[in-house]
Amino acid sequence: MAMETAQGAPAVAAHDDGHEHPGWSTYWKIAVILFVITGVEVSAFYIPAWETSWVYVPSMLFLSTIKFVLVVKYYMHLGYDHKLFRSLFVGPLIVAALTLVGLMFLFSKLSIRLGLLS
Amino acid sequence: MTATTLPAADHAADGHGHGGGHYTTLGLDNRKVAIWTFIGSECMLFASLISTYLIYKGRSIKGPFPHETWTEPSTGKVFPAILDIPVTSASTFVLLMSSFAMVLALAAVQNKNLPKNTMGEKILGSSKLWLWVTCLMGTMFLGFQAFEFTAFIREGLTIRTNLFGSSFFTLTGFHGAHVAVGVCWLFSLLAIDYKRGLQPSDAMNVDIAALYWHFVDVIWIVIFTLVYLIK
Amino acid sequence: MATIAAAPPYTQTAAESSNTGLWSWLTTVDHKRIGVLYLVTSLIFFVIGGLEAFLIRAQLAVPNGQVLSADMYNQLFTMHGTTMVFLAIMPLSAAFFNFLIPLQIGARDVAFPRLNAFSYWIYLLGGIFITVPIFFAVAPDGGWFGYAPLSTKQYSPQINMDFWVLGLQILGISSLAAAFNFITTIINMRAPGMHLMRMPIFTWMSFVVQFLVALAFPVITVALVFLQFDRFFGTNFYAIGAGADPLLWQHLFWVFGHPEVYILILPAFGLVSEVLPTFSRKPLFGYPVMVYSGILIGFLGFGVWAHHMFSVGMGPIADAVFSLTTMLIAIPTGVKIFNWLATMWDGQLRFTVAMKFGVALVGMFTIGGISGVMHSSPPADLQQTDTYFIVAHFHYVLFGGSMFGLFAGLYYYFPKISGRFMSEKLGNWHFWLSLIGMNLTFFPMHFSGLLGMPRRTYQYDAGQGLDLFNMLSTIGTLVLMLGTLFGLINLWKSWKSGERASSNPWGAPTIEWAIPSPPPEHNFDELPKITSRYPLWDLKGTVIAKETTVAEEAGFVQRSAKQLGIPMPNPSIMPLITAAGVIFMFSGMLFTDSNIVLAIGIMITGALWWISALYNWLMTPLEDAH
Repeated sequence: MAMETAQGAPAVAAHDDGHEHPGWSTYWKIAVILFVITGVEVSAFYIPAWETSWVYVPSMLFLSTIKFVLVVKYYMHLGYDHKLFRSLFVGPLIVAALTLVGLMFLFSKLSIRLGLLS
Repeated sequence: MTATTLPAADHAADGHGHGGGHYTTLGLDNRKVAIWTFIGSECMLFASLISTYLIYKGRSIKGPFPHETWTEPSTGKVFPAILDIPVTSASTFVLLMSSFAMVLALAAVQNKNLPKNTMGEKILGSSKLWLWVTCLMGTMFLGFQAFEFTAFIREGLTIRTNLFGSSFFTLTGFHGAHVAVGVCWLFSLLAIDYKRGLQPSDAMNVDIAALYWHFVDVIWIVIFTLVYLIK
Repeated sequence: MATIAAAPPYTQTAAESSNTGLWSWLTTVDHKRIGVLYLVTSLIFFVIGGLEAFLIRAQLAVPNGQVLSADMYNQLFTMHGTTMVFLAIMPLSAAFFNFLIPLQIGARDVAFPRLNAFSYWIYLLGGIFITVPIFFAVAPDGGWFGYAPLSTKQYSPQINMDFWVLGLQILGISSLAAAFNFITTIINMRAPGMHLMRMPIFTWMSFVVQFLVALAFPVITVALVFLQFDRFFGTNFYAIGAGADPLLWQHLFWVFGHPEVYILILPAFGLVSEVLPTFSRKPLFGYPVMVYSGILIGFLGFGVWAHHMFSVGMGPIADAVFSLTTMLIAIPTGVKIFNWLATMWDGQLRFTVAMKFGVALVGMFTIGGISGVMHSSPPADLQQTDTYFIVAHFHYVLFGGSMFGLFAGLYYYFPKISGRFMSEKLGNWHFWLSLIGMNLTFFPMHFSGLLGMPRRTYQYDAGQGLDLFNMLSTIGTLVLMLGTLFGLINLWKSWKSGERASSNPWGAPTIEWAIPSPPPEHNFDELPKITSRYPLWDLKGTVIAKETTVAEEAGFVQRSAKQLGIPMPNPSIMPLITAAGVIFMFSGMLFTDSNIVLAIGIMITGALWWISALYNWLMTPLEDAH
């Protein structure tokens, strides 16, 4: 649907949108999923059985990762765009994540027992 | 003449021929490549801020604390856990939904020239409406943050109080500053929209603002989980 | 040939006289002119940093030296490090990024010409901001690494470190803006056919460096913001009394600091990888391996930072991990050394000054690299940390490596930049004195360091076996300064009246040598089509390279961009005005303690200033409509 923008736009710039963007039907579904996941996360905070169990931290990290990926993939249309943009984002993200994890180990915030933020 | 001559590219590739835009190697817009590079760099910025917050979590020698109550030894005064999860959950919803409004604003600009017949198409196709919604939601998020900060200060937590205060206010303040920049950026686009109307040819300008806006949103997703929800 | 001196430069445009007034330099957005600005400015800072080093060496020439006070000594070693790293080597590399990258990839300019000018003005004004205090004896005095809590208000209550904290943040803006610009340029502005694996190796190394800048500078920015908040707003990031960890700064600083090491050396590696093939008349040996090892160095560069901190006691696991990654990163670096040797092997070597500096880099960097690998072993490092052995190591890699590589690039590219050769005679003086002076200065430091002489200490007692080594180092510094003086005289004289150079005087292989020297404003009359890695060499022929001469190009008249109908970006003063506003805003911070109203007033004025300039800039199209 973005191809229609070609009129009046610089001919070359139109290549940018060569991949089909998701439309309204995708956008609102993503919004609903984001809404629901956030709802689940916040409720989990108030459910003692969940909040005190060992699954709480991994499940929170997992849920927010899903939200992160959904926004980046659909709203930032990284899933549809030129693969270059994916590398420009994922590369630095990996360096940033590894640095963060490395620092957590160095400051004894993370032990080898996986997933336990102290 | 120069002694060495290179074969010239076809004229079409030479960007200054006809048809407007400059030649680019991958056919991508420079602005978009630059904003993604910038976003990659911002990942490191927030990774450093978040790392510091996590490193200092639980190391403050006095309260107030984020998730636990604290009794001041000298006065016996009790400080409750300071983070206000309901309020922040509300502001999180607002910021998430502003991202939704932002994608609609971008789509509206891209599809400006499509015929709009039904009421629904007219609403969805109004770039002004969706830019307004995004701007207002961003401003609302900032309002929530201002409320949160002043409440904390009233309750006895400032940026100077303890390690938690320093790292919390700096991390969320940095994020808030990014939101503020985004709101200014979007209001500027809105002003252009009122002045001359954003056309499909402006889509790239809206797109890079949108990418920035969504990035600020995903950073909040991470902060909300790591700072507010995980004790 | 006889009329060379009288004839106009053959690149003179046919109709218009070139516009070279002061205003044209203040408003320029031409990457070549900005490159020249970077070159001149960074050399001035290089001289300032060198004079600071001379004063340090004068103080240390004899035991218990009386030349400087301890306080002044602290300011000088801090500013020497800060100046050389941020104001001399990085911008000197940036001079080559600016001048060469668009030419090497076949582009007419960088992706964002005004942003490029902005980077330069931020650098210039930020450099002045951080350098001026030394003339009033209030310069930063906490070391170029500014270890907190030493640099917090509690231990550095004076204004000195404020200049450092703010100055580095300002300079970070410049580097980051340039990084986004060059990454975009290299990704998106390559001429047709210029595939990634056909890019000249200098552009490749610059590409890696820009990613290192983009990912490393945010970390130092955050560390500096914490320090700034601690100093001005009383936060607790580095306040040990409040429970802060004294290692936080060290970790954040070195997460930035180690990639920074590669930011300093990789551009020099790139330049030498251009010089050696040209003067060996052989393609670079193992081009793909050179590219991959550059990328690997860049990536691993983020995983070795804690080897700067073995002495703080991180525990056996962390020590072992960082020791291993450090040894690992030596492999791609060593690969480069062997590839350079293999490039020269069996080549038709021509020892111009550029080639001599390039070969010297290979030798000197190897010495510095080997002493560097010694530090990767924690037990050995514990003996060496904070001694002159470390000083010897990093001066071999930074002077013998980075500076020699940049000098090689300067002698090699000067004909392209100015249209004139640098003098080989003066250049030989420059080279040999630098080589002798460098070794005389820094080699004895290995011994004084292993004998236990600590860094950053302004005096030492006689009778510890240090006297001779220190005297040698000081004499070496004098030789080094004399050599540098020859280099600067050479640069000045050659700029004014050097022998004219043709488009490809060295018979080089890459496309920047296919256009006139100096290049016209628009670089390429027509965008070239690239079909190989070495477009100007005939690798299958009997004569690989052909050198052009001034005589055969005498009749050539370069047409201007206007005559060719190529739209060029308009000059703009806004980058300078915006940069000045940013500096003004930051300088308001300095008054936070003395006069908070004034401080806030200056910061708000500065912010309004640069924001309005920025809006003006963004609302003005880059080029006239076409």
